[in-house]
Amino acid sequence: MTEIPEHLRKRAEEARAKAAAAKAGGDAPAAESAGDGDKVPSELLDRGNPASTPPEGAPVAPSGPAPGSGPDGNTHRLLTVVKSGSIQDTKATPGDKVHVWPHLLVAEFLAAIIITLFTTVFSIFVNAPLLELADFNKTPNPSKAPWYFLGLQELLTMFHPMVAGVTIPGIGLFLLMMAPYIDKNPSKKPEDRKFAVSLMTVHLMFWAVLVMIGSFFRGPGFNFIFPWNSGLFFEL
Amino acid sequence: MADDNGKKPVGQALQERMSQLGDQVQASQAWSSIFRPGSIFRKGYSDSPRNRSYVIMNSVLYHLHPVKVKRHAVKVSYTLCLGGLSFFLFILLTVTGIFLMFFYRPTAAQAWDDIQTLHTAVGFGLIVRNMHRWAAHLMVLSVFLHMARVFYHGAYKPPREFNWVIGVMLLQLTLLLSFTGYLLPWDQLALWAVTVGTNMMGFTPVFGDQVRFVLLGGVEIGTDTLLRWYVLHVLMLPFVAVIFMAIHFWRVRKDGGISGPL
Repeated sequence: MTEIPEHLRKRAEEARAKAAAAKAGGDAPAAESAGDGDKVPSELLDRGNPASTPPEGAPVAPSGPAPGSGPDGNTHRLLTVVKSGSIQDTKATPGDKVHVWPHLLVAEFLAAIIITLFTTVFSIFVNAPLLELADFNKTPNPSKAPWYFLGLQELLTMFHPMVAGVTIPGIGLFLLMMAPYIDKNPSKKPEDRKFAVSLMTVHLMFWAVLVMIGSFFRGPGFNFIFPWNSGLFFEL
Repeated sequence: MADDNGKKPVGQALQERMSQLGDQVQASQAWSSIFRPGSIFRKGYSDSPRNRSYVIMNSVLYHLHPVKVKRHAVKVSYTLCLGGLSFFLFILLTVTGIFLMFFYRPTAAQAWDDIQTLHTAVGFGLIVRNMHRWAAHLMVLSVFLHMARVFYHGAYKPPREFNWVIGVMLLQLTLLLSFTGYLLPWDQLALWAVTVGTNMMGFTPVFGDQVRFVLLGGVEIGTDTLLRWYVLHVLMLPFVAVIFMAIHFWRVRKDGGISGPL
């Protein structure tokens, strides 16, 4: 039997003494339960047994306390004290939480306003490119893909198109998607996952450098140039 | 101006009438049926824990969020707002894109002229097109940076593995959305950038020619390609992206909010 917490035991004892004083020699079951709080009274145990259950409409079982026998016509008795841990097992302790409004929403509103202002002001001063009408007979030199595909176009100068345009990006994306299933290291601390962090950094740098070269260091004929010598061949 | 008969000055009387009217409107059935408890427009709004919860619970947009989050989750230095900004840019692109749709016809004969007209003859046409273009580039950038941020925080680890997979798909959808939009102005830049891009996809093993044919709606880029990419750009890809975003945001909450501090 688990121990009853001290303050509950005290409170129960006081209540018992009070009840005993008020009744001063009440009926037998009440006195019995006052004697031993841990023990379930026999008449309650009998209730669970169908054989001893009185038939419907029969008078109240004589062994139990008569209803309405308490001070206000009710009887309340402490049957048992169940410690909270034995039934409800609270696994998570309440963490340090804050209200989303205003703490998170204010930051989000601010970010949204800043990006809107930035886009608007940038759009006032810099126009989106619109070159002359599309002409199938006039291939611009150089012809460049959108900037985020320029890494792939850069690979095209080194490999067969099937490797550069499909195989390498396909494998790259597949590995990226599989990352959580490949990386079994449960730690999130940077010092525990030096390999994963360096691999990702090399991977990101690889694409960033390729995109940079493709964007700024490729001129007519997609030949290597220096932008400070030959100018920019780049449209967003 | 003070009145000799002991009446209040006109300005003050007017002010009182206005505030009385305001109270009446706020107390009306119509007003309180529109603004649910917790709305700052509601009569008697005050800053209390109860109202802070109502603000989130009673708003269709804000209730993407839980009522409370871990304290570290609101630190801007942790998330850099990148995921939220990507979503916000998507909304900005939707709004500006709807505006542009009113003035654009996706045929080879009309597309470029429509953009010209948009620049010169439509009120706010130029700036809205600029915003659409720059926001699109920003979104590619912010989605990419969001992915890097999530990786470096190890936030793809259990139980968030599947949400990472969804996220990589959203990155691809973002690239596809940007790429399909690239063709629509039908200028030299659009035509040849897309030629380079689709030629690359034509080298897909086994199905290369079929992939290219389906993408272009023919063997060469033409007016059919324009219609095809237009529908992809304004309807199909956003539709798919919204579904993936819904799953992405829902999973963030189901997986226990954003990942913990390092």
